[in-house]
Amino acid sequence: MIYNIPFFAVIILIAVGMYAVIFRRNLIKIAIGITIVESAVNLFLITLGYREGGVAPIYTNLPANVVIPGGMVLPVPQALTLTSIVIGVAVLALMLSFVIRIYQYYGTLDSKKVRRLKE
Amino acid sequence: MNVDWLLTHSPALLIAIPLLAAFLTPVIDRINKKARDAFVIIVLIIAEIIMIALAWDVFTGSAHIYTMGASNPTATIPSQAAVPIRIVLEVDGMGAFMGLISTTVSLAAGFYSLAFVKKETGQGRYYTLLLLMLVGMLGMEFTGDIFNLFVFLEVLSMASAALIAYRFYYGDAVEGAFKYCVVSSLGALMVLFAIGLLYGQYDLLNMAALAKVIEYTTLDKIALVLLIAAFAMKCGAVPMHMWTPDSYTVAPAPITAMLVAASQASLYALFRICFSLYGLTLDVTTVGIIIIALGLLSMFVGVTMALPQKDIKRLMSYHAVSQTGYMLLGVGVGLYLLGKSDFDTYGMAAMEGGIFHIINHALYKGLLFLTAGAIFYKVKTRNLNEMGGLAHSMKFTTIFFMIGALAIAGIPPFNGFASKLLIYESAYHVSPILSIIAMLVSIITLASFVKVFHSAFMGPPMENAEAGEVPKSMIIGMAILTVGIILFGLFPGWVVSNIVHPAAQALAAQAGYIGSVAGGA
Repeated sequence: MIYNIPFFAVIILIAVGMYAVIFRRNLIKIAIGITIVESAVNLFLITLGYREGGVAPIYTNLPANVVIPGGMVLPVPQALTLTSIVIGVAVLALMLSFVIRIYQYYGTLDSKKVRRLKE
Repeated sequence: MNVDWLLTHSPALLIAIPLLAAFLTPVIDRINKKARDAFVIIVLIIAEIIMIALAWDVFTGSAHIYTMGASNPTATIPSQAAVPIRIVLEVDGMGAFMGLISTTVSLAAGFYSLAFVKKETGQGRYYTLLLLMLVGMLGMEFTGDIFNLFVFLEVLSMASAALIAYRFYYGDAVEGAFKYCVVSSLGALMVLFAIGLLYGQYDLLNMAALAKVIEYTTLDKIALVLLIAAFAMKCGAVPMHMWTPDSYTVAPAPITAMLVAASQASLYALFRICFSLYGLTLDVTTVGIIIIALGLLSMFVGVTMALPQKDIKRLMSYHAVSQTGYMLLGVGVGLYLLGKSDFDTYGMAAMEGGIFHIINHALYKGLLFLTAGAIFYKVKTRNLNEMGGLAHSMKFTTIFFMIGALAIAGIPPFNGFASKLLIYESAYHVSPILSIIAMLVSIITLASFVKVFHSAFMGPPMENAEAGEVPKSMIIGMAILTVGIILFGLFPGWVVSNIVHPAAQALAAQAGYIGSVAGGA
């Protein structure tokens, strides 16, 4: 049971993030919502990768009596998470720079008022 | 460096050359602007040539497998490890087919951009992002690794979002880009979540190896729903189409043509997931009907939304949504019939129709967006009510527009006719209603483009417009796509049997995809 708690956290975080993206009108809050969803997905990947009693696969620094390769953790989910974090930073930076430009041209961050395209 | 060496390494080279060139472009930009333009065009031409050579080899021979960092896909490093984890590029008929579309549209867009963005600032970065878009598309189409698919999807989305906002001084360009950015990053996160679900069950990321062991458990179903939703959203299928008109309208015209190809890369990913990853393990009837329904909705809602539009690019964007529906319908019918006895008789024809329509759509819709850009370049407005009589001064653009409009409406002898006929014929066997709706949509499309032609090109010449034709490089860009439309329209039989059939075959035959990575993991 205790090992399932992170998965519940993932579900709650995704719900919170989706709520922010869909129902919030402030553009910065939409950006925050996407970051929350991203953190949830990263948490999901990391939780998948956790193995109780496993050791990091660093060959030169192994504790004694570790079975090779069975006792070591295959660090793929961690690698995926690192990649995803890097991509997330780029996405967030791009979105916030859009928000800056939108504020310059419309003078507001309210998504209901930023709709010159629909006219 | 001989031809064999080039062919063997071409999948990696096609990704590496534009990627490295992308980051060289700003450096050359510092030294000389003309040299930078020439450099970008040369890189795009080299990519096109390598792609044609690779595609020819794939269509006449077998799929290319390129293993990064090892001699074969199943080698493990270190040798006692149990699971091989590495990136494998896998170019089969479908991947090569999509690669041809991406490189051709990029080449046309590159030529067109030379004159189109001449007066803008930051052109060095514009071409960097343009090349990165090409990298993203080719990466998505070649990769055999599902996480790699996610990475290239993000490369493509970020480059596209930045380019949509390129003319940021219009204000609404940034608004469209923000929408695109939100939609594509949420979609990409859904894909990543689905990848996590699949990896958690099978410890695999290679698509062929996954396809071998996938069982269609409840978790697999959730992953399938997430993947279909994300990629259908990215390719602009109704009801997830709301970002398409907004971002297509405000992007510079060559980028809009690239975005059409980018949406099709997502469409390719959708088909790849359904056919090659899940294949017959999924409930083909249900999923097939869902995809057919998405297609019908996109066709009908897209075209009815296009009718009342006054903005020429917004109108064309809704038509792009509508045309995506044809591809979903064709391939959806194929998926619906997959594994059933009728598949060989007309299921295959439906898939060929849907896949043929992908390349036709990229050519004529790309051309139409480029002509819309040419009009905007001269008239400085996108509003159809404010333009008229352009046929007097823009002769080439008028001819290109006519060819594009006739092709999209499915009038023979242009290419749209060939693929639509294949779809009508085969969808009729599943249900006549499908064909009737598809034909109806085609007629409304023609009506809508007659309206555009009349209000933009007919009538007395405009008084306050700059007279004359657009610069040569823009005409070259449009001509590249027009030549494709005419060739594909005149020789549809040759194209279907030599290019489209291998692509459809590669999608339908899942066993071939799995077997081609030497048994996978």
